[in-house]
Amino acid sequence: MYVPFELEMPSDLAGALHALSAAEQSKTVALAGGTNLIVDMRAKRERPDRVVGLGKVGELRGMDFGTARISIGGGTTVSDLLRSPEIAEAAPSLVESARLFAGLMVRNTATVAGNIACGSPAADLVPPLLSLEADVTLASVSGTRTVPLDEYFLDYKRDVRRPDELITRVSWPRPPKASVNTFYKLARRKGDAITVTGIALTLAAEGGVCTRARIALGAVAPVVFRAREAEALLEGHVPTPALIEEAAASAAAASSPIDDVRASADYRLHTVEALTRRLLSQAWNALN
Amino acid sequence: MSTERTITLRVNGRDEQASVPAHRTLLEALREMGHTEVKCGCEKGDCGACAVLVDGMAVDSCLTLAWTAEGADITTVSGLGDLNALHPVQQAFADSGAAQCGFCTPGIIIAAKAIIDEIPDPTEDDIRVGLSGNLCRCTGYTKVFEAVGEAAAAMREGRSAR
Repeated sequence: MYVPFELEMPSDLAGALHALSAAEQSKTVALAGGTNLIVDMRAKRERPDRVVGLGKVGELRGMDFGTARISIGGGTTVSDLLRSPEIAEAAPSLVESARLFAGLMVRNTATVAGNIACGSPAADLVPPLLSLEADVTLASVSGTRTVPLDEYFLDYKRDVRRPDELITRVSWPRPPKASVNTFYKLARRKGDAITVTGIALTLAAEGGVCTRARIALGAVAPVVFRAREAEALLEGHVPTPALIEEAAASAAAASSPIDDVRASADYRLHTVEALTRRLLSQAWNALN
Repeated sequence: MSTERTITLRVNGRDEQASVPAHRTLLEALREMGHTEVKCGCEKGDCGACAVLVDGMAVDSCLTLAWTAEGADITTVSGLGDLNALHPVQQAFADSGAAQCGFCTPGIIIAAKAIIDEIPDPTEDDIRVGLSGNLCRCTGYTKVFEAVGEAAAAMREGRSAR
C-alpha cells in the first residue's frame, strides 16, 4: 500500500543528524510521532526513499524549567505536556490545547516538533506557543540556530527548516506574574476534531493598563499568525469594552480564511471576532 | 540496508517472529501474524479501532511502523484476558452491554485500560477526554462511559466485576 522505503533508527542525536545530512539529495525524511507523516505516506502525498525514525533519540526528550525560560525537547509528546504540573503553570494555553488535541493514542505519540514542522495552519500547539513568544532551535550536522517561532512559517506548509535540520528544542520565557495565558479551540466536537478557529492569548497588566498583548490565530490564514495590529491597539492602554471591540475587529481584518468542509470563510471571520472579544474580555476581567 | 528483515515482536508476553518490510505498520504486521483482534478501521489515527498497548501506553498501531515496536511489550485486547478469565474492563463492558457490533470494542477496551492505569478514579470528563480517539459508529458512548467507570471501581476494590 505504501511506496516502500528504507528505515533507519539512530540511537542518538548525532546519528539522527548524520542520517539526515544528505536529506535534500536523497529524499530522506525524519519520522517523529508519525501521526501526520505515516498518514501522508499511506496516501502517497509523501514518497520518501529513506525514513529516519527519531523514537530512540533521547536528547529530543526532557524539559528544563529555568527561572527565566522553559525549554522542552522537540520530541516531547502531547501527553507529556498534560502530565507536567510545571507546564500547566508555565504555559496554560499549551495544556488547554493539548487536552483537546486529537485522541489519546495520537496524543501519546504526536510530538511538539512534529506539530510545528507539519506546517499546518490548524496545528493546535502553534497558537499557544506563539502567544508565549516561543523560539525554535534547529540543528543539523553543520550547526545549530535559533529562530523565533513567529518567523518560522513562510507560507502554507512552508517553513524555514531545511530537510537536513531537526527541531531539537522549543523554549519560551516564563510569563509575567500578572498575566493570563489562554487558548480556545472552536471545532465540531471537543475531541478528535480539526480546528475551525483557534485562538491563543497572553494578556499582562500593570497599574490597570495592558502592558502586553499577544493574540495568535490558528486555521484562519495560510499560517498561524499573530494579530499584531490588535496587539498594538491594546498595549499601553486600558482595554475598555470599546477598545476590545476594536481589537477584535482588527483581528478579523487580519485573517484570510478559506471555505472548506469544516466551515465557511465568513463563519471563520465571524468567530475570530467573537472569540477575540470574548477571550480578551475574560482575560482582562481575570486580571482585575 | 535491507528494506525487509525478520523482526521479533513480543505480543501478549510471547516472542513472535515475522519477516516484515520497513514500511509495514504494526497493525498490518499484527494482523498478518494472526492477531486479528486488532481491528483495521480508518488507518489514519481517527478511529482508535487498532489501539494496542506498547510498553503500557495506548497507541494507534496503524500509525506505528512495526520495526519501531521491536523490543517493546505489545498488548492486544486478547492479552488482557480471555473468556475464562476476563479482565475487569472486559467484564464491565459485558455487564454494561457496552458494545453493539463490537468492531470498535477492542480499541476502546485498550484505551480504557490505559485511562484507568493512569487515573485509578477517573471522572466522567477524564473518561471522555481519554476516549476521544475512539469512535463507535453503531450506537453511542453512554454505556461505554458507564463501563469504564464501573471497571475502574471494580479494579480499585480488587474485584473482577459487578
